[in-house]
Formats: sequence, structure tokens, C-alpha cells
Amino acid sequence: MSILVNADTRLIVQGITGSAGSFHAKQCLDYGTNIVAGVTPGKGGQKFEGKVPIFDTVEQAVKATGANASVVFVPPPFAADSIMEAADAKLPLVITITEGIPVNDMVKAKRFLQGTGTRLIGPNCPGVITPGAKCKIGIMPGHIHKPGRIGVVSRSGTLTYEAVFQVTGLGLGQSTAVGIGGDPVNGTNFIDVLKLFNEDAETDAVIMIGEIGGSAEEEAAAWVKANFKKPIAGFIAGASAPPGKRMGHAGAIISGGKGTAAEKVKAMSEAGYVMASSPSELGTTLVEAMKRKGMKV
Amino acid sequence: MKIHEYQGKQIFKKYGVPVPRGIVVRTADDAEKAAKELGTKVTVVKAQIHAGGRGKGGGVKLAKSPAEAKELASKMLGMMLKTIQTGPEGQKVQTLYIEEGLDIEKEYYLGVTLDRATSRITFMASTEGGVEIEEVAHTHPEKILREAVDPAVGFQSYQGRKLAYGLGLSGDSVNAFVKFCAALYRAYVETDAALAEINPLVRLKDGSIVALDSKMNFDDNALYRQKDVVEMRDVAEEDEREAKAKEFDLAYIALEGNIGCMVNGAGLAMATMDTIKLVGGEPANFLDVGGGATKEKVTAAFKLILADPAVKAVLVNIFGGIMKCDVIAEGIIAAAKEVQLKIPLVVRLEGTNVELGKQILANSGLKITPADNLRQAAEKAVAALKS
Repeated sequence: MSILVNADTRLIVQGITGSAGSFHAKQCLDYGTNIVAGVTPGKGGQKFEGKVPIFDTVEQAVKATGANASVVFVPPPFAADSIMEAADAKLPLVITITEGIPVNDMVKAKRFLQGTGTRLIGPNCPGVITPGAKCKIGIMPGHIHKPGRIGVVSRSGTLTYEAVFQVTGLGLGQSTAVGIGGDPVNGTNFIDVLKLFNEDAETDAVIMIGEIGGSAEEEAAAWVKANFKKPIAGFIAGASAPPGKRMGHAGAIISGGKGTAAEKVKAMSEAGYVMASSPSELGTTLVEAMKRKGMKV
Repeated sequence: MKIHEYQGKQIFKKYGVPVPRGIVVRTADDAEKAAKELGTKVTVVKAQIHAGGRGKGGGVKLAKSPAEAKELASKMLGMMLKTIQTGPEGQKVQTLYIEEGLDIEKEYYLGVTLDRATSRITFMASTEGGVEIEEVAHTHPEKILREAVDPAVGFQSYQGRKLAYGLGLSGDSVNAFVKFCAALYRAYVETDAALAEINPLVRLKDGSIVALDSKMNFDDNALYRQKDVVEMRDVAEEDEREAKAKEFDLAYIALEGNIGCMVNGAGLAMATMDTIKLVGGEPANFLDVGGGATKEKVTAAFKLILADPAVKAVLVNIFGGIMKCDVIAEGIIAAAKEVQLKIPLVVRLEGTNVELGKQILANSGLKITPADNLRQAAEKAVAALKS
């Protein structure tokens, strides 16, 4: 099992000939990901790394290869268009790594996705990885992962790596690690991913990493309180951030007194999360959460 | 990116959003001339700084004659205007906006921004104009009306009517308000705004609807296609180091503390600041060097951090993902040598080849304190301040 991606995932890389796209496509191939096609308009007919066929359009790539997922490395001005192209080609999963897409472009793209059956992960995220299936889709360092039964979901890239690294260090490993991205408009939220983990027979416990801004963590906490059955550990970045300042991610800003770390930590603690006070304690906090639910670690 | 009130009103005017007549001035003499030219019984002298809360801070005054406008302007120009949003030192007033006085009957609030929960651009309107809207949202959330716009079709007239009648408007004011909102939506979308706020929006005695104030922020990610907006940038209003950081493609925010931070990734950078605070220290900045953490970027980041005289120690926290720790360590050493770093440097590296990275740091001949994890790094940085 695992969630979202597995050994059956047949991946298209959109923007495979760009600098980020080609570098990371190679890394994904080396990890074992089944990349069946690349897409770059105007470069149809060429091959990537001498083996992956490149097409001009996503539709052509899907038709020729039976792909069922895509990853978008296309530069920001054209990324929303690429997401819509993937949805138009009826791909069930589109993972967008691109950082810096204009918000209004994403508002339109998200509206376009409504009712299409396409799930978008990201944008501005590290991607999704299922170590047990050797399926890495994104920019995360593959070697810090290890097949296991812990689910990880996060708004932040390097904090995801911190969590993954500590889980691996504890000898536990990950079922799937999902970066949902740091932008204000994203395709998949915490609740969507937590639902999948809740139903996944191969996930025993979950780490959720949020940050300041918006109310996605509070909404997730309310859902967890009512529905989530597994042990869950949490961390919120940005307790020391001043209001009105955008902390790197477009979504990480405290505005109008809303979206503070204190509010989020409170909501999550009350919902049954065991909260880490520093990212150094993500692993040990997870172990604590598992013990409290009577699991042997 | 933020702009001034008068610039926001220029944008409003271009899109057909009604605004009062006004003239931008930079001297007291010009303020007098402007008041004469406007010719209304009363004029308003408004300090142009990016921070909000200007009225309460003494940055908005009524003048009953051109002579009084001159007098007020001479006092306001050059003053350090302190508001709830400027910080304790205030912001220097260099520009004034002289506006015609209007016969105001009632004040309202109108704001447009993205609602993250629905991923839609949303109008917020309230009869509680002129006051702190955050306060209203907190104490009387029912007094804020909301309308989310479907991006496929744009703002619709019925939405304007719902808001107008909800605010208690009647007669000609309803249509005026509907038109006002439609124009404002166009201005918002076509300039890639992140916020368009009008507080107060006013209904005049003749029933017309006018934007008495304007506050517009823009989506930094879309500035590449908004040349006119970029031209409105006022560098004097921005933090010098934050502007410098942008040149190097670094995300930097100046803070009040004395421990400089250099981290890869926005989330980890925030978490590093949090952990410093958790162990009793104060971070001097937020700084995300990005995934690459190359020697060039690290050098630029060191220079930025050290330009802040308050910084007494530096904490570098890098999770080496695709990039290996030994390469990062070499970059840190080269950069530290280039900037001739003299204050304590605590480095925490994690990821591929971490042992090799640590060895390189230890053999560098530089006074570098290594740390195994983030909490330990923060503790060591705080301890370094005391020694």
C-alpha cells in the first residue's frame, strides 16, 4: 500500500529538458522511479538520458505511454498552464514542484481542476516519495528515506527532510512522505493527506509539520479530533515570526492577528497531537505519540 | 510589494474606481498651492508612508485654508511618523497627498483579498468603517459580509447587490456600489494585487460612493508581468538589507536580536529562529539561502548578516539534501575567510557526507563550533554570546 504513489506509478516529467527538470528527473530515475515520458513543447521525438521519450504535449505522452501521474518543473510564468494541460489529459495526479507561481494563476488553475478527477499536490513543494516502492517524485534527497510505516506530511521542504531523517535514524522508516507546499493556494491540504494515511493499512503513525499563516493546521486539527485513529505528532514553524512579514514562503505570513503558531499549537494539542517544541525532537515526539496510543516502538 | 495611498488611488482611477481629487506634494509651499487649486472649503493633508494607522499617529489632518495646509505640511514633512505598524522609531515622511474635502454621510469598510480556505478572491464589507477591521472581525464577525468570486466568470452584479443591501445602502448608492466593486475587482486582478483595502469607503450626501483611502499590496511572484506596479516601488520605505537580499535571490527579514541565522529552506529557517528563542536567545534575522547553498550564496548571506551591527554570533543550519555536506562545509569556510569572520560561528550540518563535512570544518583553522542537532546549535550560539 502507501498513499498517492507506488510501484504502479508511471510518471511524466513536464519540463524535463529545463535545468531543474533534467537534474531532478535524473535523480528520480537513479532512485528507481518509473519515468515513462518527458514533455517539452518543441522537443518531441528526442530522448532524455538516451531512454525516456520526449513529447510535445502531455496528451501525446499519455496516449503513447499510459502514464498515470506527472511532475511539473516548468518555470513559474508557465506552470499553471502546465497543470491545466495535465488535467486536460486526464492524469489523476499532478505534483508541482515549481516555486513562485503567481497566486492569481493558481486561483484559476485550481478552479479549472474542479470536477476533473485530477489531484494536484503543491505547488512549491518537495514532492511525494514512497520508499518501499522505490518511487520518488520530486526534489527530496532519496537516500535519507527508508521503507517503513510512518507517514509524513508537511508544508515545508527541509523540515520534511528533518522529520524523515530522524524517523530513519530511529529505524522506523516511511510509508509515504508528502510535501503539500508553502503557497497560499495549493491543490491538496493536510486533511486530504491525513484521510489517505488514516485509511492506509501500511501507515501506523503520522508526523504533520505546519507553519504560520492561514488556517489549514486548525482545520486539520478539527478533522483529526473527530476522525483520526492513529498516533500523530506535530510541529509548527514560525513561533518567533513577527506579524506582517512574509517568511520566505508566500503562505507563511501572520496577517490581521490570524495564523499565529500559538493558535495552531493550541488547536493541535487539543485535538490529540503530541507537539514537538523544536524540530530536533520530531522523532522522539513521534515515539512518544505512538507509546501513548499503546504501540510498542 | 507595498505602495503608497496616492499610488493606489492612481490605479483605482485608471480602472474607474471613484476617488477624491488630490495632488502629490513634497514641499509646504506646494501643499498651499495644491489646497488653493483644489478649491474646497476644507482640504486633507495626508502623510504618505507605507505603514497603516496614519490617522491615529497624526499623519492625517484637516486644513481649513491653504495657509493652514502649508502650516500642517511644514510640520508633517520630515517628521518621524509613528504608527502601530511602523515600529518604535517611526517612518520619515517625505511625501504628502493633499486631497479635496468631501461631504461625507457614512463610512464603510471594503477589502478584497484571497481567501485561502476557498482559494478564491473574496470581498469583505462592513458598516464599521474607519476603525480597526481586525478588531471588528474579532469581536463582531457577523458584521463582516463576504462574497467569494468565481475566477471563471469574475465578479457578478448580484454579488455587488448582496453586499450593497447588506450594508443598508439604498437608491442610487446601490448601483454606484455595484459599479465600484466591479471596477475594484478588475483593478485587483489585472494588477496581480494581494490586497486592496479601502478603509473608509464613504457614501457622500449626494449618494455617490468614493474610496477615501486606499491600501494595495501586490503578489511578489507576479511582479515580472507588472511593470507599471514595479515602477511605483519606493525603496526609501523598504529595509535596506531586505532590498539587498533580493538582489542575491535570498529571502531575508531583519529582526531585533543578536544571533544571525543562515538556513536552507523557509520552514527550517523559521524553526531555527524559534529554537534560538526557545533556549533563551534572540534571532537577528530570518534568512533562507535556498536549496543550493553554494559558496557565492553563502558569502552573500554572511555579508548581509554581518552588515547588522547588532549581530554578535552566527548560527548556520544546513540540511544537505541533494548537495553534500562536504561541499557545503567548503563553501562555509571559503565564505567565512572572504568576509574575515571575527565573531563566534556555530555550524550544524546534517545529511549526506555529514562526517566528512564536520571534519573539514574542524580542520579549517577557523574558530567554528560544531553542533549535532538544531537545539544544541541554538544552545551553543546563546552560550557563545556570554563568553
